[in-house]
Amino acid sequence: MNTLALLNVFLFAVLVATALAITRIRALYAAAMLASLFSLVLASLFVMLDAVDVAFTEAAVGAGVSTVLFLSVLALTRSREAVTPRRKRWPAGLVVLLTGGTLLFASQDLPPFGAPDTPVQQHPVTDVYLVDSTEQIGIPNTVTAVLASYRGYDTLGELVVIFTAGVAVLLLLTRLPHPQDPAGAPESAAPARYPDRASVVLADYRVLRVVSKLLMPFILLFACYVLFHGEYGPGGGFQAGMILAAGVILFGLVFGLDVARRVLPRPVLLVLIAAGVLLYAGVGVADLLLGGAFLDYDVLRPGSPQAGQQLGILLVETGVGITVAAVMTAVFFSFAGRGVSR
Amino acid sequence: MIETHYPYWLVFVLMMIGLYTVISHGNLVKKLIGLSLFQAAVFILYISLGKVIGGTAPVLEEGVDSYSHPLPHVLILTAIVVGVATTALGLALAVRIFDAYGTLEEDQMLVRAGDGDDGPEDPAGPDRGPDGDGEPGVAP
Amino acid sequence: MSLDLLLNLATGLLMLAGGGFAVTGGVGLLRFPDFYTRVHAVGLTDSAGAGLILLALLLQVPDWGTAVRLVLIMLFLLVTGPTATQALAQAARRDGVRIWLDGERDRG
Repeated sequence: MNTLALLNVFLFAVLVATALAITRIRALYAAAMLASLFSLVLASLFVMLDAVDVAFTEAAVGAGVSTVLFLSVLALTRSREAVTPRRKRWPAGLVVLLTGGTLLFASQDLPPFGAPDTPVQQHPVTDVYLVDSTEQIGIPNTVTAVLASYRGYDTLGELVVIFTAGVAVLLLLTRLPHPQDPAGAPESAAPARYPDRASVVLADYRVLRVVSKLLMPFILLFACYVLFHGEYGPGGGFQAGMILAAGVILFGLVFGLDVARRVLPRPVLLVLIAAGVLLYAGVGVADLLLGGAFLDYDVLRPGSPQAGQQLGILLVETGVGITVAAVMTAVFFSFAGRGVSR
Repeated sequence: MIETHYPYWLVFVLMMIGLYTVISHGNLVKKLIGLSLFQAAVFILYISLGKVIGGTAPVLEEGVDSYSHPLPHVLILTAIVVGVATTALGLALAVRIFDAYGTLEEDQMLVRAGDGDDGPEDPAGPDRGPDGDGEPGVAP
Repeated sequence: MSLDLLLNLATGLLMLAGGGFAVTGGVGLLRFPDFYTRVHAVGLTDSAGAGLILLALLLQVPDWGTAVRLVLIMLFLLVTGPTATQALAQAARRDGVRIWLDGERDRG
């Protein structure tokens, strides 16, 4: 138990040091890379806290897609921030002290860390998730069982939130063709979404290009593996979608945005973004039509509720993976297609 | 008290660093990074509430009798992905604001919005990128 | 000497060696005078350190499935680590980062 505490404190110390460095650094590229480091150490901390699925997701999200998004925004805008004026620091410090103090005072009522008899562990639903799920659903990874089946409605809502965020980013960043195109300009034929860029194409880096080409099939295969294996080990739709998006983003970064857009043209992406949500909700509607409740997978296989649950979870996770991958890819294409501002 | 509550206190320290970054820094991207720091601290708080010392990850196996609780993991898993989606939305807003005002600093934005009535259509400063024509989507 | 004891000893030694490599890389990152030497230090020691730590874990796995996974991870790290180092160095060269010559003052 002491070793655990020591490791936890060490990881927390690294996190706090990184957070302080992020706050103080004015060069925003460095702050974005430090945020990526923060995410990786956070993933390690999650493993120490037994949250392997969460660590998987945090590593895929924080060290991959999130950093790319920050860096692409910094490429589009200025990368050095101004010094915070003194008149802003005092109110912020006061708010922080008050809030921190209140939280510390309230934390006395929190249960001891790691005790097996906390209200969270004693609740009857714990037994349902850990014990009854074996006969009701029959998959070893209880996190996937809870995510896709017991709390399936919540997950549908979260998927719709991701869908909405993706649509909103597309709305904000899609450059519509100018109604009055300058006469004779060659760009007037092509949509104004692809401005003329003299940027370095990463395909000039031969080693990077060859290695990326080598790794692409394995990355995509790994994403599919994570999706289908999410019932037996850490994994599932969210992680698979992020890994798939990371593979496409790698392809786009190394070989150029035009090639990547030819592989996944905009209409295809738009259809895929909606297809995942429709698949998820469609499974629910199919349950209704087959006589059960919304998202009650028991009725998918009449006579064997366990098989029905497993089929339902598989379909639902596939829907999640499709939408997450399509949203992240579309978001990256929107940012990258905006043009570099220097 | 320390051995039983130290994770919560460290989580609160992280939360406060993130909150300070959001409130006091004027740069929009820095605010978003601070917000994701705050988010991460909240995630750690939830996960640490479900941890059982001596237990293992909630993947059912032979011979294991004590598992950490799966419900916080479920909530935080979806929260992480939703967090990155909303961060992407925030970054898209920052890009549009930069196109309109030419800067990502709050104070500069207020100054430029204060000069003249047509702020978004006439961004000041030479630090606008070579976007060609103006913003066709912004109506006069 | 039982096989278990030998395996544990080997694991401990390999882990220490891997950790030592990683720490050396960190020291190099702080102390070397210019960008290229730093990238070189970190690139080498990161791949070596991670590889050694994974070797140490490989000696302790209970079944073949986990062993295969560890070997795959090691291969992946050995491929991507040096690629990242090369890409960094080439990008810096393209960008014009100056190479530190012997005798100059310490640059950033």
